[in-house]
Amino acid sequence: MASQLYRRILFIFLALASSLTALAADTPRQVVVEAILAENAAARRERVLSLVGRGDEDVAALFAAWRGDQLFIYQTAEGARVPVQLTGEKDGEGSQTALKVSDGQPLLDAAGNPLRLRAGDLVAVEHNAMLRRAMKSVLDLLDLSAADPGVRIRAITTIGFAQDQEKLPALQARLAEENNSRVQKALREAIALIQLKAGNDDTKLEGLKELEKLHTLASTDFLKAALRDAETAGKPALIDAARRALNAVETHRTLVNLFGTMFRGVSLGSILLVVALGLAITFGLMRVINMAHGEMIAVGAYTTYIVQNVFGSGLSLSPFGFSISLPGLNATGLAYESYFIVALPLSFLAAAAVGIALERGIIQFLYRRPLESLLATWGVSLMLQQLFRLIFGANNVQVSSPSYLSGNWTFFDIIFGWNRLFVIGFAVVIVAGVWLVLTKTSLGLLIRAVMQNRGMASCMGVRTERVNMLTFGLGSGLAGLAGAFVSQIGNVGPSLGQNYIVDSFMTVVVGGVGSIAGTVISASSIGLADQSLQQILGNPVLGKICVLIAIILFLQWRPAGIFVTRSRSLDE
Amino acid sequence: MTTRVKIEIGLVAAIGLFLIVVFPLLNAYGVVSNFTINLWGKYLCYSLLAISVDLLWGYTGLLSLGQALFFSLGGYMIGMHLMLMIGDLGVYAQAGKNPNGLPDFMIFLGHTVLPDFWKPFYSLGFALLMVLFVPGLVAYVFGFLAFRSRIKGVYFSILTQALTYCGALMFFRNDMLMGGNNGFTDFKRIAGYSLTDPVTYRWLYIASAVMLVAVYIGCRALSRTKFGLVQQAIRDGENRVLFSGYAASHYKLFVFVLAAMIAAIGGALYVPQVGIINPSEMTPEKSLEAVVWVAVGGRATLIGPIIGAIGINALKSWATKAYPDAWLLILGGLFITVVLLLPGGVVSIPGKIAAYWKKRSAKADSSQS
Repeated sequence: MASQLYRRILFIFLALASSLTALAADTPRQVVVEAILAENAAARRERVLSLVGRGDEDVAALFAAWRGDQLFIYQTAEGARVPVQLTGEKDGEGSQTALKVSDGQPLLDAAGNPLRLRAGDLVAVEHNAMLRRAMKSVLDLLDLSAADPGVRIRAITTIGFAQDQEKLPALQARLAEENNSRVQKALREAIALIQLKAGNDDTKLEGLKELEKLHTLASTDFLKAALRDAETAGKPALIDAARRALNAVETHRTLVNLFGTMFRGVSLGSILLVVALGLAITFGLMRVINMAHGEMIAVGAYTTYIVQNVFGSGLSLSPFGFSISLPGLNATGLAYESYFIVALPLSFLAAAAVGIALERGIIQFLYRRPLESLLATWGVSLMLQQLFRLIFGANNVQVSSPSYLSGNWTFFDIIFGWNRLFVIGFAVVIVAGVWLVLTKTSLGLLIRAVMQNRGMASCMGVRTERVNMLTFGLGSGLAGLAGAFVSQIGNVGPSLGQNYIVDSFMTVVVGGVGSIAGTVISASSIGLADQSLQQILGNPVLGKICVLIAIILFLQWRPAGIFVTRSRSLDE
Repeated sequence: MTTRVKIEIGLVAAIGLFLIVVFPLLNAYGVVSNFTINLWGKYLCYSLLAISVDLLWGYTGLLSLGQALFFSLGGYMIGMHLMLMIGDLGVYAQAGKNPNGLPDFMIFLGHTVLPDFWKPFYSLGFALLMVLFVPGLVAYVFGFLAFRSRIKGVYFSILTQALTYCGALMFFRNDMLMGGNNGFTDFKRIAGYSLTDPVTYRWLYIASAVMLVAVYIGCRALSRTKFGLVQQAIRDGENRVLFSGYAASHYKLFVFVLAAMIAAIGGALYVPQVGIINPSEMTPEKSLEAVVWVAVGGRATLIGPIIGAIGINALKSWATKAYPDAWLLILGGLFITVVLLLPGGVVSIPGKIAAYWKKRSAKADSSQS
């Protein structure tokens, strides 16, 4: 106890001393030289500790060399003792380049040539456990003064979690001069966490009160430990304070989880929406059950893959024994990362082309037989899957996210992934786009006319064949866009589409067939329900099962979905 | 009784006799290999599944994509019994680490006591009862809800697809205690007979053949009753049936449950013959595959599904060996062709040819005169 107190006093003294010595023009390297040349261990330690809070990269490297027995003392002809660091390759005689510790420059002989020294001829600078610990505390606090606030926060958090009493003064000193609010918060948390382990109850209480105010998620475990300690020690004031702090943290956690779940739910809903929107057109408007819709998504995803490789180092494929190799542009940096922007329209076009071919080749004969369009398109789905396998291989292919989609942004302890934010924004954009196309353009007018009454539209001179083709192309193209997105979120493989097909059909059915608004609402509510159930049940599969059962029950209540397209026809 | 019916009865009797008596006898005398008889046993089980699809789709107009679920549920029920019958032949039991006679996968998951719902499955009779009861119950509950809210057409297909998907997700879970991913396998004996003995497989084949013939005759008889006529009327014009005062949803529910049970019988006979059942058998794709058999064979007939199931599976056995890469292309292409060009399936070919000849000869007659 007494020695700890003594050490703390010494520490504070040293911290003060170090800020004073900082005024003197000693560079950190010179301080290290002084430490090496100091006559006894205590003086050495004192010099090393004077670097607390002043350290830089040089010091870190020198300390590492010191601990690795690479620092030596070289006796010059005049009898001066020069600390040197031996580095570089050993030559035949086992000698290495010697760098002066004082300035990092090579040691020169009288003639001005670099000296090469053998480690065996020199005396290594000694170090003992106390000294190593002193070096470590300098290194630990090295990052406290780093220029990057992120590095500072990380260092502070590490120190706080270690709850090392010795570092408390350094943190407090840092708090006084810190002016970044996020770093300040981290400092306050770290100080409070260290205070939890303090010797006297008042400091502990102070720490608990501070943590109650801060209610950071990371402090839970420490608060629990503090509560246990207080309970074993039987101190009601501490127990009470710890409980209050824990409650504050738990309330905060519930809130964060709630918003986090909502965010994930909305983003999952957006994915569902993007995936199901194409289906809302082909199935909802055209009443064609396109089981190959999932494969349209895969077409989009594979297009993204190809575009990415063309921007990168090229791609060679060998379907059916032919070998096709696409040259790469070998773009780097931002140019490479812009591949995704190029991939979006191309995915749309590729899937739309496949969709139009499918409509012309098969579906146009089956408008009167919806159940059979289901079967025929399933056949197409099987064939496309096998084609993907033959062209791109049975394994998943690698699609890397551009950097502007792979980061995240933490706000109020809630993590917002950029790809998730982007998918939400994207869903909004394409829903708005589809709505505009359907309601404000002449093509949209024709589409709606043909879908409502094919025969009548035809009599009015609408070229229904062409409208059917374009509508199906639009729906498939949207699936392709979805595929470009999905490639950023999950795996891209031959059976990619199968993961989405059941979900997208359910989304459209729940929303009400033929209603884009219904699809939007049902996608976001299914997304939210799925994520909340996952959170509550703690199991993704169970959550999914519950959602499916809930959908079946929901259709009991509203068999035609959320938005019903009313009609007097008996069979609608 | 018209001559047509007499011919049909004669044909069914002849084919039935061949399948049930002659084929196994040929096997017993070594003319037909054990592999072949086992393969045909499998085909006959698939035929039962195909009939169940056809009963719903061909005869009632309900395209169910959930029949694989019922097929697998039947298989799982008998599988539970077979797992318990492994007893002291299991890997853990051989190592002396299984005092309570648990299936191996449970010990692997760290269980020490047999869960209560597994206990009655020691009895084969109970397991057989459950083969009918569990899929029947699932079909009843789902069908009741679906038909009550008048879900039909493609919506019914999508919902049954979701149901199967849901079932597969559930059985993939380990804490369902139904073997998880790997399902049930490594069966050793059934009703006291070893599952390594070819004779057992011959009897399993005979059981499958008897079941298929019985189901065929049953369904054929049903389709000729008034019930069968109402059933087909629902397919052709549900609203007219409703307005004529029939409770269409009751008919549909009955057929749905019946079809589920037929599929389950198929599954229960299938599992001991192939020796494995796992959740990938109940995915929507498997259901769709069964729909392909029916479509290719010819729906709204009872012989069509059988021809389709046997024909496509024989083709699959051959093609997956000869052209493994192209099999799915063949299947998909075949399917598209049948749907587009031959909606009546293979069985409609003789009728088409006859019609063509008739037309041609009529033309020839008129040109002569």
